[in-house]
Amino acid sequence: MKPSGKGLWLYAIVYLAFLYAPILLLPLFAFNDGTIIAFPLKGFTLHWFEVMAEKDQLHIAVKNSLIVASASAVMSTILAIFAARASTRYDFKGKGAIIGLIMLPLVLPEMIVAMALLVVVLQVFGDGALGLFSMIAGHSLICTPFAIAILSGAFQSLDKSLEEAAYDLGEDRISAFRLVILPLVLPGIISSLLISFTISMDEFIIANFLGGTQQTLPVYIYSSLRFPKEIPVIMAVATGLVAVSICLLIIAEYFRRRGVAKTGGKDSGGFL
Amino acid sequence: MDIKTRWGRFTRTPAFNGYAMISPTAFYALLLLAAPLGTVVYLSFMTDGAGVREVINQPTIGNYLTAWTDPIYRALMLRSLFVSTLVTLATVILAFPVAYYISFFVTPNKKSLWLFLITIPFWTSYLVRVFLWKVILGFNGVINSGLISLGIIEDPLTWINVNVGAIVVTLAHAYAPFAILPIFVALEKIDRSLLEAGRDLGETALTTFWRVTLPLAMPGVVGAVLIVFIPTVGDYVTPDIIGGGKIPLIANVIQKLMLGIDNMPLGSSVAVSAMLIVGAAAAIFVLINARFLKVKK
Repeated sequence: MKPSGKGLWLYAIVYLAFLYAPILLLPLFAFNDGTIIAFPLKGFTLHWFEVMAEKDQLHIAVKNSLIVASASAVMSTILAIFAARASTRYDFKGKGAIIGLIMLPLVLPEMIVAMALLVVVLQVFGDGALGLFSMIAGHSLICTPFAIAILSGAFQSLDKSLEEAAYDLGEDRISAFRLVILPLVLPGIISSLLISFTISMDEFIIANFLGGTQQTLPVYIYSSLRFPKEIPVIMAVATGLVAVSICLLIIAEYFRRRGVAKTGGKDSGGFL
Repeated sequence: MDIKTRWGRFTRTPAFNGYAMISPTAFYALLLLAAPLGTVVYLSFMTDGAGVREVINQPTIGNYLTAWTDPIYRALMLRSLFVSTLVTLATVILAFPVAYYISFFVTPNKKSLWLFLITIPFWTSYLVRVFLWKVILGFNGVINSGLISLGIIEDPLTWINVNVGAIVVTLAHAYAPFAILPIFVALEKIDRSLLEAGRDLGETALTTFWRVTLPLAMPGVVGAVLIVFIPTVGDYVTPDIIGGGKIPLIANVIQKLMLGIDNMPLGSSVAVSAMLIVGAAAAIFVLINARFLKVKK
């Protein structure tokens, strides 16, 4: 006599609708031929996307975002490879505490991380140091825990005997890693790169604190939200951003699953 | 490799390899997280200088006196705690049935699809999502204009837009996956035969849930509460966009002190105080919960 869960199913569907409501509304307003963001919709237009193409400041912000997101993705994935490998392969004293420190940005309010970095950058390097580099440093820090969560899944299910077999066949540690382990965890690495890229691309608080005079896309969006005239264009920009994010996430999820399957693990599902 | 010397042997132990492997990441976290957090604590005891972003190295507890006695800071801190508590309650209570449904009713090969669907909105532009909630709940928003065009109401509802409720809805939306995932993981770990045992021993479906499932899911619920409660206290974007600056929370004050008004020592001490209060609240919650679970056993 197992309950069928129909009621729960309905609830879960309504909940999903709640989660997706803002994202689904976004394109409606981006293609709406009206200057105010409200119903009823006026008609279809591509005007806001045309305006988007003319805004130089927006282009600079997009370029900055791409630079910061690419660099942060590479940086955090490299840092995460070390941490995920160490935590899944070796036992050592204080492992919990060290991993805890590395994963801390996951629980800490982003603003605390941002202000702490701001204080140090200002004290050590001065105002001039704020910019792309400081944003990359900050984003790498907050992306690393997510990258570790993904990569641990890939490393965890790795069969230790494969690596030992490589040693027996005369490979040293580095070549064994390159020839045996790396190909097996590669999908996980790609997934981690994409997720970190998406997080950095969408991140606002750290970029706002550490950007100095440099704007990333979210900082540009935030400063435009104050001007009602700009909002339809921002809806168009955001539609593009969300579409790109979702594509990257779907590719990331594909690689994450392939990675888990490749190393023979059981998919526990989810990134966290 | 030389395995005869003591050093040679040590470099082959798992511990050494572990330390060597984790050191780059650990070093990065020490340098860019632990050291900066330490600096914030240090700054919170210093004196604000007259110049732009100037700090005088003169120890004082004046910042803490201001942070704890100024009625404005106190009121905002209380409001922040209240909002975060509401958000946490709303998020976890709304999330639990979803996690329960995915864990108990979705077929195993579809589980990761569901989890993926739940995490997608979370990864997409936070700012834009917050702004769209304003569009949905606002004076001329989707809900109001929808209800008016359907003839259900005549004038826009004002109680749904610029208020604490709107902030709670927006934050509950933003932190949804953070609540669902830990609860889901805890539910997945439950040995299903325990539930059958409960039923065999004469419990109803409801009492089995209350006496077996819920206590076993508690670690996940605790994780969800912490991972929602702590970060929401530091959120200044949502009150800014949704409240239009009319309902500031403690995070807005910290942001202003750090970036706008330029009093970094006071900003640091307000931030440290806020984190201590939140940490204490979280610790009390964990302790009460440990108590509750012990009694249950």
